[in-house]
Amino acid sequence: MGINWFRYSSPQAFHPLAGRMIPWFSAAALVLIGVGLYIGFFVAPTDFQQGEAYRIIFVHVPTAWMSMFLYVIMAAWAALGLGLNARPSFMMAQAIAPTGAMFTFLALLTGAMWGKPTWGAWWVWDARLTSELILLFQYVGIILLRASIDDLRRADRASAVFALVGVVNVPIIYFSVRWWNTLHQGASVSMTASPKMATTMVTAMLVMTLGFWMYSIAVTLARMRCVIVERERQPSWGKNSAIQEVAEARECSGGV
Amino acid sequence: MLQTVALSCSRGERHLFSDVSLTVMPGTLLAVMGENGSGKTSLLRMLSSLLSPNGGAILWEGKDIRQLKELYCAQLTYIGHLNGIKEDLTPIENLKVAACLAGDESSGAIVQKALEAVGLRQSAHRLPTRVLSQGQKRRVALARLWLSTRPLWLLDEPFTSLDAAATRYLTQRLQSHLSNGGMVVVATHQEVALPTDSVQHLRLTG
Amino acid sequence: MSRPSMCEALRGVVRRDLLLAMRRRSDVAMSVFFFVIVASLFPLGVGPEPAVLRMIAPGVLWVAALLACLLSLGRVFTADYLDGVLEQMLLIPQPLAVLVVGKVFAHWVISGLPVVLLSPLLGLQFGLGGDSLGVLTLSLLLGTPTLSVIGAIGAALTLGVRGGGLLVALLVLPLFIPVLIFGAGAVTSSLAGIGSEANLSLLGASFLLSLTFAPWATAVALRIALE
Repeated sequence: MGINWFRYSSPQAFHPLAGRMIPWFSAAALVLIGVGLYIGFFVAPTDFQQGEAYRIIFVHVPTAWMSMFLYVIMAAWAALGLGLNARPSFMMAQAIAPTGAMFTFLALLTGAMWGKPTWGAWWVWDARLTSELILLFQYVGIILLRASIDDLRRADRASAVFALVGVVNVPIIYFSVRWWNTLHQGASVSMTASPKMATTMVTAMLVMTLGFWMYSIAVTLARMRCVIVERERQPSWGKNSAIQEVAEARECSGGV
Repeated sequence: MLQTVALSCSRGERHLFSDVSLTVMPGTLLAVMGENGSGKTSLLRMLSSLLSPNGGAILWEGKDIRQLKELYCAQLTYIGHLNGIKEDLTPIENLKVAACLAGDESSGAIVQKALEAVGLRQSAHRLPTRVLSQGQKRRVALARLWLSTRPLWLLDEPFTSLDAAATRYLTQRLQSHLSNGGMVVVATHQEVALPTDSVQHLRLTG
Repeated sequence: MSRPSMCEALRGVVRRDLLLAMRRRSDVAMSVFFFVIVASLFPLGVGPEPAVLRMIAPGVLWVAALLACLLSLGRVFTADYLDGVLEQMLLIPQPLAVLVVGKVFAHWVISGLPVVLLSPLLGLQFGLGGDSLGVLTLSLLLGTPTLSVIGAIGAALTLGVRGGGLLVALLVLPLFIPVLIFGAGAVTSSLAGIGSEANLSLLGASFLLSLTFAPWATAVALRIALE
């Protein structure tokens, strides 16, 4: 997520850099998401099978992709933190988790919104949706584990270990839930049986995904700044202007 | 020979100590003293490899203990604040398991001799440790030292809960260990009654 | 300097835990009775219709076994953590992952094996027949050690942490789901007459895979917890 990370591996240097980058990413996010929504909701052709309701897929699929990408990236930062014993890596993983959880929740929500008009049910136990649900459990587990451990170093490393165990679990879950679907014929509805993709539809999804990426980067950077300010009280990182700290701490609410 | 180079320690938000460099030669005892919260336990846990130092290195025979890992663990006996004994087992059973897991002699006779040497009455040897007093439990924990053949002993406040007799037994045991060329690092509040030429002091200020 | 051989250390760890369990036989009984009670709740909630019970039996019995394992996870490391035995174990000059396997094995013998042995009886209560009973027992025999091995990771991560039991459950249940699917699937396939070899093989593979990686993850988690 960071450009030239090693130059800015000191939290003090990273903080102002992140501050400068956030507006750019936020703007890019707004533009791309706006364009993506426009293409998806107005430009893409109506699907003759599913009518207008299918358009929720332009939010559902990108959010599902993001939930998985972010998990893998979070796990990568966790591995880096454990391997190099580097606190900034742990902080990155900490910053990504809530956004990943949010995207997972959105994917489930939009999945339900798609399911209702299409198959008449608010929830279908298809492989992808069920796997998303379990991914949400893993995200929540990481966040709660970190919140339950008071000692910062232990919280960092324990949630890193769990993130890595979880990343191994994700493909296993996906395989086993698909297997479970085939065992119980009845659950033959599948979200993979999606409408044939016209080019405009694919474009819309890619644009939305890119927009979500920009959003994720912006939010992660903002959260990193909060994490840095929270942890600035560590004496090993030297002194910082107390007034500035307090002012910036006020900025930090729990935004996703 | 145990050495530390510029060792530093922070626990959570507290900075405990920094730039601690010490050397413990065979035949000497290092007494680590300081107020509560000054980092004595953390220092001992670092020396035992349970805790990673925030900065600096610990060397055994010139090699970093992080490279030695298990080889270093085979050289030390660590007795911390917690006794490391199971309350549902008898002192004899506890010691037998501890000796077996340390690779030391663990026959019944030898274990009983160790318990007697630390001053635990015969009648207490076969009771579940649960019913013994704090001082007696501490004696059971320390009895491992009479079975240990390892050169480095790391003891965290071993004299706590011990009465005068037990303190005497422990001091005598430490003396004989030092005479055999062993090394001891002790975190303690009180002076250890040993000849001054074999005792070094390290004061940790908070 | 002295060190135990790997076998000696493993044997010492297992023997100590089994000896302790013999001193406190109530621990063994607790897991089994929880299994029985949970399984009995379902007919009470769903109604005694035999066809329905037979259909839900694989899932119910497997979930009950899984929950019994989950609840017993608090006993793998916590007692040793509190009395200092765990930190001594970390100082044994043998790979910690091997010692973890010993701890988990002893834990399974105490909490998991009784569930496996009692499962045929409960299967009968739910109207499962000969073949399916065998598959149920075999699936639990393969599955419960897997659950113990995987659950140990969660137990190690949450040592001494507030939120204890619930937090372990939250962490460990997503990891249990594949085992549940294969295990219950084996019995379901057997009931449907399809043949349970595929699911049983997957269970076996899960066990071997988890035995390879989980003890190492648990060892890392233990070192983190004891710093």
